[in-house]
Amino acid sequence: MKFGIVILPGSNCDHDAMHVTKDVLGAEAEFLWHKDTDLKGSDCVILPGGFAYGDYLRAGALAKFAPIMEPIRRHAAGGGLVLGICNGFQVLTEVGLLPGALMRNQHLRFLSRDVLLRTEETNTAFTSEMQKGQIMRVPIAHGEGNYFADDATLDDLERNRQVIFRYCDEEGRLTSEANPNGSARNIAGICNRERNVLGLMPHPERCSENILGNSDGLVLFKSIAASFATAR
Amino acid sequence: MKATVIVELKPSVLDPQGKAIQHSLSSLGFAGVEDVRVGKLFRLTLAESEQTGEGIENTIRQMCERLLANTVVENFSYTIEE
Repeated sequence: MKFGIVILPGSNCDHDAMHVTKDVLGAEAEFLWHKDTDLKGSDCVILPGGFAYGDYLRAGALAKFAPIMEPIRRHAAGGGLVLGICNGFQVLTEVGLLPGALMRNQHLRFLSRDVLLRTEETNTAFTSEMQKGQIMRVPIAHGEGNYFADDATLDDLERNRQVIFRYCDEEGRLTSEANPNGSARNIAGICNRERNVLGLMPHPERCSENILGNSDGLVLFKSIAASFATAR
Repeated sequence: MKATVIVELKPSVLDPQGKAIQHSLSSLGFAGVEDVRVGKLFRLTLAESEQTGEGIENTIRQMCERLLANTVVENFSYTIEE
């Protein structure tokens, strides 16, 4: 299988995503430039973290007009995998591939620290190798990570089991203290109804190697690779 | 022709930035500020066109829906001059 890592003007986690998928996971991976109009045969597209288009207007808002977004939309519509990390999650909501919006953090501060995540669902290509309820320590680095959707949309997400990750404490409890940014219902990551598009604010690509002191995030990339090994 | 577009958070959406400004105003001694909501204002200068008033309104509405506002969390309003 092959990963395609999108470089938008202002992406800054593109090389981290490349390193993890290619060097750590050992998969094939290629960069996709924002002006490209095809995905070069990628099976899983990663929209990395950063500040695409300087976050002008709203985080992720201007990325929807990048030429690369059209083939990404078609890829997603055809069931292809798309993973949005941090700014990539913001882009996916702005593009309309995921519901809701990411607003300014509740306490207005940019947050750069580790959080604990609870895996809510394992029946996605991104979480198939995880255990339900598994707690992972993963860093966040964002100013706009406060997930918002109206109650009807949130209920819909819960009903369809589209909430994939939530912020939790050491015991896996969903407390408000464990919620770093005020996200509705402690939501850190969601998928679309078809379960092939995932967005999350934390950065699993920054914690996928023991030499960095934490490899909790690697299981997400391993899951993607494993679901290809079984599906195709 | 000029148009002014205002984009604001929906009343149901919390505005922590507005709250922080409200607190700052009261600590500066401005009593009685009960609420502050922060929004964005866009001044558009439009080339003269054959479009009817209704056509222009339609165009501006599309600009708001497709780019200027995120209608998941924001409302927009506009005025057109000349």
